[in-house]
Amino acid sequence: MNKLINSPQTLLADALRGVAAGHRELSVDFENRIVFSTAPREGRVALVSGGGSGHEPLHSGFVGAGMLDAACAGEIFTSPTPDQILAAATRVDTGSGVLFVVKNYTGDLLNFEMAAELTQEQGIEVATVIVADDVAVEDSTWTAGRRGVGTTLIVEKVAGAAAERGWSLEKVHGLAERTAHAGRSMGAALTSCTVPAVGRSSFDLPEGDMELGVGIHGEPGRKRVPVMSAAELSHALVESITADYDFGGKPVIALLTGLGGSPLIELYAMFAEVSDRLNERNINVVRSLVGNYVTSLDMAGCSLTLVAADDEILDLWDAPVNTPALRWKD
Amino acid sequence: MSETLTMDAIQQWLHRFASEITTQADWLTELDSAIGDADHGTNMVRGTGAVVAKLNARATGTLQELLKAVGMTLVSSVGGASGSLYGTFFLEMGRNSPSGVQLNASELEKALRAGVDGVVARGHAAVGDKTMIDALEPAITTLSHSLADGRQLHDSITAAAAAATTGRDSTEPLVARKGRASYLGERSAGHIDPGAASSAILVAALAASVGEGTAG
Repeated sequence: MNKLINSPQTLLADALRGVAAGHRELSVDFENRIVFSTAPREGRVALVSGGGSGHEPLHSGFVGAGMLDAACAGEIFTSPTPDQILAAATRVDTGSGVLFVVKNYTGDLLNFEMAAELTQEQGIEVATVIVADDVAVEDSTWTAGRRGVGTTLIVEKVAGAAAERGWSLEKVHGLAERTAHAGRSMGAALTSCTVPAVGRSSFDLPEGDMELGVGIHGEPGRKRVPVMSAAELSHALVESITADYDFGGKPVIALLTGLGGSPLIELYAMFAEVSDRLNERNINVVRSLVGNYVTSLDMAGCSLTLVAADDEILDLWDAPVNTPALRWKD
Repeated sequence: MSETLTMDAIQQWLHRFASEITTQADWLTELDSAIGDADHGTNMVRGTGAVVAKLNARATGTLQELLKAVGMTLVSSVGGASGSLYGTFFLEMGRNSPSGVQLNASELEKALRAGVDGVVARGHAAVGDKTMIDALEPAITTLSHSLADGRQLHDSITAAAAAATTGRDSTEPLVARKGRASYLGERSAGHIDPGAASSAILVAALAASVGEGTAG
């Protein structure tokens, strides 16, 4: 295992020091492992997210004006703890309440649920949006439900813009729910990934094979298949997503995220194919992002997210944002 | 004969749990890499290590205080679903323990039952879902039946530990319906659930500690 680290034990602390050093506009609570925005939030709803580490830039890379107020970092692939989340919520609340943005994983759910109970005991209003957009997982009462992947970024962006505009917690929460429900994702991996503390690949994937329907925690996917070309894979991803959700004539925000180990040139080659597949289906992509946004350590592969938008969501998407990983002006 | 479990035995239990987790950490992580995210051993070692540090640092209080401190320590140091579930187990045990510094057999049974019910309520899992509950539920049921049959606490806890091990092994052919392993669908079958494995260690550690700390 060759990694740019001091040791697996200090990796998270070292990375947080790096975030502080590289982004002076952010404030880092090293003890509680929270990255805070220093943008003014007086009188408005605050947004708190977080999750296991290893998905960078999610979530700390999306802290700043127009997006998250705080991101709680758990150990690699392990959710943050209730005391951490409580510390974040109490610091960012201005009396207008706090929205928790949570990806649908058992650990995240349980810890954010305990945190919400503790935060409410302090008299702070809390609402939670759960993102569960991965179509690779069957959504039934017999599973933990769909995993939360790329739609999380889009929810954080538009809800952050709505909070910035002074919307109430109820309205921000409603928008976040609407956006989360309109998003679908599907991913594929060409390699496994290596959790530094473990030191070897999370699963064996022979040369020439790939995993379809992977999540973002190094778990194998739903199906192992021979490696596909970008064109073939674009068919598989788009087919899975569009079979699950009718995008009708709605404007769509598309995100093609790398999983951490694929070069951008491959992601763009993939996006060219994805774009063709969507055109063939008359799906109207009006905004897109290509890059490493929701990752799984050093896993090679990608995940496609499509969110059915409307004028309001697009307007909020276009609103200014100033974070390490997402930054634009009007 | 009424048998009593002292604070010493409870502390022994927690120390033993921590040392057994450390010994078996690689195996737990290996189980987790097959159907999860390869960190169960690492996370449990960190959490039980924090519990031991807490035990060593704190003055002896009541049983309720001790179990609450253990629960909060696990919640804040393990992370993930395991942290909140193991934490809930001890928090609920503490809430349902007598005030004071010892437990008799029926009080232990009641506290353990509350702990297991707390895990069920937090995680919404049932027997057969391939989780911790597959080891914990048969353990507490066996303990209750054995005590009701008039057997000694030590023998009953030993039977409970055996039931936890059987329960752990019963997870191997199951298809996971909760937690991260459920994403694998049919591919989760053929592997022991890591949470059930660490839960069996928890009950075995209790069995090993009861003999030492009971007083007739």
